[in-house]
Amino acid sequence: MSHLEQLKAAIKERLPELEMVIGWGQGFDALHATPIFMKTPEDVDKLLWGPLNVHNTATYLTAYKGKKVGVVVKGCDSRSIIELLQEKLLNRDDVVVFAAPCSGVADLTRIKKSLEAKGLDMGRVKAVAVAGDTLTLSVAGQDVALSLKAVAADKCGRCQYHNALVSDVFVGEPLQESAADNYDDLAEFEKQSMDDRMAYWKKEMERCIRCYACRNACPMCVCRDHCIAQSREPGWVSQRDDVSEKFFFQMIHAMHLAGRCTECGECQRVCPVDIPLLLLKRKLNKEIKELFDYQAGTKIDAKPPLLAFKVEEENINERGW
Amino acid sequence: MSQELRIVGFLCNWCSYGGADTAGVGRFTQPTDLRVIRVPCSGRIDPLFILKTLVNGADGVLVSGCHPRDCHYAEGNFYARRRLEVVHRFMPILGIDPRRFSYTWVSASEGQRWQHVVTTFTNEIHALGPAPKIAGNPMEKLGALAQAV
Ligand code: SF4
Ligand code: SF4
Ligand code: SF4
Repeated sequence: MSHLEQLKAAIKERLPELEMVIGWGQGFDALHATPIFMKTPEDVDKLLWGPLNVHNTATYLTAYKGKKVGVVVKGCDSRSIIELLQEKLLNRDDVVVFAAPCSGVADLTRIKKSLEAKGLDMGRVKAVAVAGDTLTLSVAGQDVALSLKAVAADKCGRCQYHNALVSDVFVGEPLQESAADNYDDLAEFEKQSMDDRMAYWKKEMERCIRCYACRNACPMCVCRDHCIAQSREPGWVSQRDDVSEKFFFQMIHAMHLAGRCTECGECQRVCPVDIPLLLLKRKLNKEIKELFDYQAGTKIDAKPPLLAFKVEEENINERGW
Repeated sequence: MSQELRIVGFLCNWCSYGGADTAGVGRFTQPTDLRVIRVPCSGRIDPLFILKTLVNGADGVLVSGCHPRDCHYAEGNFYARRRLEVVHRFMPILGIDPRRFSYTWVSASEGQRWQHVVTTFTNEIHALGPAPKIAGNPMEKLGALAQAV
């Protein structure tokens, strides 16, 4: 039985005790999946599992706090659940987690670019077939084979946790876990001068339309209606569309996620103008790993490092004046 | 020293503000570039205060609180230390020179130490020169618009 069939069977079995189960179904076309909220066995038959399941299903959980719900997760999504449990934003008894090993999801921007390089339009994809490591897309009467590796999301290339770190039902054989991330991309970026880095962000941020999709998709952005980006009193950011206001909003997002961001990549994935937001968050994660030997979303009973302290900090060398 | 630069200092009410006062009462000479903002505790300092100050055009930011173990609220500065260290290490990816920000501890009796801290930091900021401006000035935009009409 495939992982998908096993998941469906397990979900159907637990469904009667649950308000619903969150997973992925077919979106508006063959290339786009969409989150679905399964309430009946017929809904469960619509479940999808595979490289197009790009959304982080854990993002929806806090909206249902207090209700008993199920959720289907990939490895990275499971880390968001752990972080939410750690911060007491969820109760462990209220969620039933279904998982299977995950070998990676596609980055639709990459698919779009691959198709464009062949003169094809992503909007015309009629069907997608997945076999092993190959995605075959039927576009405008032709079949285009893409290697999943070539179009995978960056996070999958460095994924350490292919198997969910928390689950009640895990189907299939766990995959081999990969080596720890060495943050090469950051080192590469930081080869530039300070001025060039700033110029880079200013140029990227010029495209930002302040849709706040990056915030809304983030599973750990839980302030909702009280986000300081929209507060007028105090007014941290104005309504102006200056690059500095938009850039400052990203500084806010990154700082508010310091020690909490699990690098699920949703902020970057949903950005309609492809701003590489994850780089900012990865920087903080790298520093936090060095300072506090801590990785968000890996241990339920750990405390986020900025909500704690040690009287003697081993890795903070305060400046001797 | 050449032209005065804009350095913003966030000082905790109980120790460093007192320390700066002690330095004043003791008539220790100090550079005049630092603008002091008094906060109840270094633990009150949101790391975003520092980023916002730099984004809005300050040339340097200095934070000073009570020495660890001496906090008026027992542990505010322990939390502050972690946050300040993290925001300091975040700056390089943004393209903000991390040398423009520093944090330290000065107690109310350490007037001399305060003088040393302010002088050293101010000299360092002068060595770096004025910070590149990040924020667009809305008045400039208005000016350009007015010219266009
Ligand atoms: S990061 Fe890992 S768990 Fe998440 S989608 Fe990629 S391979 Fe799967
Ligand atoms: S900041 Fe981005 S990568 Fe981090 S948890 Fe939020 S959405 Fe995921
Ligand atoms: S998703 Fe992209 S465009 Fe929208 S607010 Fe975030 S950075 Fe700006």
